[in-house]
Amino acid sequence: MEKRVRRRYAAERRFRLLGLLAIGLSVAFLAFLLINMAAKGLGGFTQTEAKLTIDFPRSDIILDPATLKGPEAKRAVASADLEGSLNASALRQYGADASDLFGPAAARQLGRDLISDPSLLSRRADLWLPVASAYDVAAKDQGSAKAEQVIAAIGAKGALQRGFNADFLVASDATDSGVVGVWGALKGSFLTILVTILLAFPVGVLAAVYLEEFAPRNRWTDLIEVSINNLAAVPSIIFGLLGLAVFLNFMHLPRSAPLVGGLTLALMTMPVIVIAGRNAIKSVPPSIRDAALGVGASKMQVVFHHVLPLALPGILTGTIIGMARALGETAPLLMIGMRAFIANPPQGIADPATVLPVQIFLWSDEVGRGFVEKTSAAIIVLLVFMLLMNGIAIYLRNRFERRW
Amino acid sequence: MATSSGHTLKAFDDDLDRLRALISEMGGLAEHAIREAMRCLQQRDVQGAALIVENDAKLDALEVETERRAVQLIALRAPMAGDLRDVVAALKISGVVERIGDYAKNIAKRVPLLETMGNIEPLSLLPEMARIATEMVHDVLTAFVERDADAALRVMERDNAVDDFYDSIFRTLLTHMMEDPQSIGQSAHLLFIAKNIERAGDHATNIAEMVYYAATGQHMTEAQTGKKP
Amino acid sequence: MNEIPTPILADIDEPPADVNRAPKMSARDVSVFYGDKQALKDVSIDIRDDRVTAFIGPSGCGKSTFLRCLNRMNDTIPSARVTGDISLDGQDIYHSNMDVVQLRARVGMVFQKPNPFPKSIYDNVAYGPKIHGLATSKTEMDGIVEKSLKRAGLWDEVKDRLSESGTALSGGQQQRLCIARAIAVDPEVILMDEPCSALDPIATAKIEELIHELRGRYAIAIVTHNMQQAARVSQRTAFFHLGEMVEYGKTSEIFTNPRERRTQDYITGRYG
Repeated sequence: MEKRVRRRYAAERRFRLLGLLAIGLSVAFLAFLLINMAAKGLGGFTQTEAKLTIDFPRSDIILDPATLKGPEAKRAVASADLEGSLNASALRQYGADASDLFGPAAARQLGRDLISDPSLLSRRADLWLPVASAYDVAAKDQGSAKAEQVIAAIGAKGALQRGFNADFLVASDATDSGVVGVWGALKGSFLTILVTILLAFPVGVLAAVYLEEFAPRNRWTDLIEVSINNLAAVPSIIFGLLGLAVFLNFMHLPRSAPLVGGLTLALMTMPVIVIAGRNAIKSVPPSIRDAALGVGASKMQVVFHHVLPLALPGILTGTIIGMARALGETAPLLMIGMRAFIANPPQGIADPATVLPVQIFLWSDEVGRGFVEKTSAAIIVLLVFMLLMNGIAIYLRNRFERRW
Repeated sequence: MATSSGHTLKAFDDDLDRLRALISEMGGLAEHAIREAMRCLQQRDVQGAALIVENDAKLDALEVETERRAVQLIALRAPMAGDLRDVVAALKISGVVERIGDYAKNIAKRVPLLETMGNIEPLSLLPEMARIATEMVHDVLTAFVERDADAALRVMERDNAVDDFYDSIFRTLLTHMMEDPQSIGQSAHLLFIAKNIERAGDHATNIAEMVYYAATGQHMTEAQTGKKP
Repeated sequence: MNEIPTPILADIDEPPADVNRAPKMSARDVSVFYGDKQALKDVSIDIRDDRVTAFIGPSGCGKSTFLRCLNRMNDTIPSARVTGDISLDGQDIYHSNMDVVQLRARVGMVFQKPNPFPKSIYDNVAYGPKIHGLATSKTEMDGIVEKSLKRAGLWDEVKDRLSESGTALSGGQQQRLCIARAIAVDPEVILMDEPCSALDPIATAKIEELIHELRGRYAIAIVTHNMQQAARVSQRTAFFHLGEMVEYGKTSEIFTNPRERRTQDYITGRYG
């Protein structure tokens, strides 16, 4: 008897250890991914800045302060070749090797500073400006030997600092990795997901309600159930092909637009929502239904006043899973063309756009050294975005959770 | 309505059986007491009579026990329908049998007072009367144990015979008393003894009515009781 | 000689019978089939509105099935088929022009396991009147809720916490809440399917007392597998066995002198 008890305890201990091992392994994988990404990507949020002393009156920057205060300010700034002037100053200050120290990012920054304070044009100022991507990479110990030398020299003069690259979040795609940002992709992702949710959620929930509550039980509904289950397992690229064939070639919807992306992803997400919805509705206890029927509620009232509210947590869980999957999808969106180089963020759902995972994919293909850390930084942004979305969804689910 | 199978709860059956057994036992004691009393009367057995008086206590004790068991059965088993009628009947019957026993005791008490009596005609009639009455008691209690409504009905009929016996003995004793005033005392005792036996017979018919109701759930009609108006 | 008058012995607990009034609900030759299996065979019974009718019988004998026919709850079971006539105030309830929703507002039901909605106590009681449009203003609704809770004997216990969840009450209180909810739509018949089987003796006694108080106002039919409860609460009892209604009569007679052997066997505990 004693031996049996002891064997049981041993078995329980073993099981507990196995469980801990499984969890530990999962956590280790996750930690590895996160640490890896963080190590590679955090650098993308920073940029190296160099100090430049500009004597504006004496420089070759020709800008009218009056124009800077008016509506033409941005255009004036863009056409003033600030980049060239900056590099001329850099040449003077840091030597011939630094003749390409500054890039379009610095020009943009200078332009913004001038617009906000046109009085700069009348004096001499010390400005901290972001260096070009080649030097930025060099400062992060990944650049060419020459660039690293220049950086070291500037650094020795105390004219180097690290700053936060806010542009990364608000700028769109660009050819130069120094000015590249994820904002365009973020907006594209957001718009696409919006279209997806607005289509998939109502359709999926109503389909689940109809199939579970109103549809007769016969061979046809069995067939539908099997089909939906299979749809949920179909590889996502097939949906991309479907989108290409139907939405683009047949319906001639605008290419690369969040509308089409959203439609395609909605097709993909709907089966997940239907399955989760059916399970959630099935798990509502029949006693609640009986109670509502007994009081004289019609079938529709029973479903919408009682069953759906109680099934909502389960439905939301399914939606979260579906949305998370849709957010990270790359293949189908590539097929419908959301892979173009988009320099300007989309204004509406019919404008060409790209989504964050696709943006990451495109950047990972780029040659420039600077794109490596930007890619990882974008991955971090994607992860944060997903966490945020999941967080909101879980909060919503907990709020609707009701005990019965 | 005869019972088909036993209760799912066997203890319930046991309790009911025990109750019926008690009634049977009481009946046996009462019959024995009446028969013994008659024998002692015939043989002028004073000691035997004293024994009868003593043994009446046993009957009283059994009645108390029956009541106790019946009350317990009602509280613990919640009997319904036929079972409930049986238990209530058992309760009532035990009281009646105890009265019958008291009558036997009463007869036995008069035996010493008749020790010196000679053999007179009524004396020879009494045993026959008592035999019928005792048979009635026996049969009716058997009918109770077996829940036999028809047997109960048959018992009712014999009461007329007992009544007729009583009428005859009454007239004879009256004549005897008128002829021989010396014998009034003893004749009076004999009269009371006859009355007791007649009452015993009546009680047996009362029991028969209770048995009928317990078995069928209906009360006997006027015709079935056959009571003379 | 004057006739000694035979005393008119009123039956225990029997209200004065108005035999001229038609029964509230009437069933004739009702049979229920689940697929090919027949669960109920030719049941005919009247339910009058001045008394409580109890249905007793062993498990699976069809008493709950029959009860659920009376408010067409069997419609929710796809394989169930009901034949025969059931009428409420003379109208056939299975006729195509009888609206099931309206029927269920007139014939309410209380279930075996208390099943309050996961809403507040107030909303539980107010839901029925709300969907049937019985109140036109908040004060009217408040009145209905208060009246129903009072009639169910729950008002004093919950009047200060109407916004608390209905599921936070004790079992007995939850069942009384369900009764209040059924009463709130002003039904004519209340069907109770083993309402006390999940409750302790005190809660059970309170509900039995409640049934007694409700008796004059609603026709009540109660299914119970507790014979003592049927004996305590009802004036008429029907005994079901294997899908048939074996015997129907006054409760006092069924339990002291039933006519059928099967009834006698069941109520005395001879199930063998």
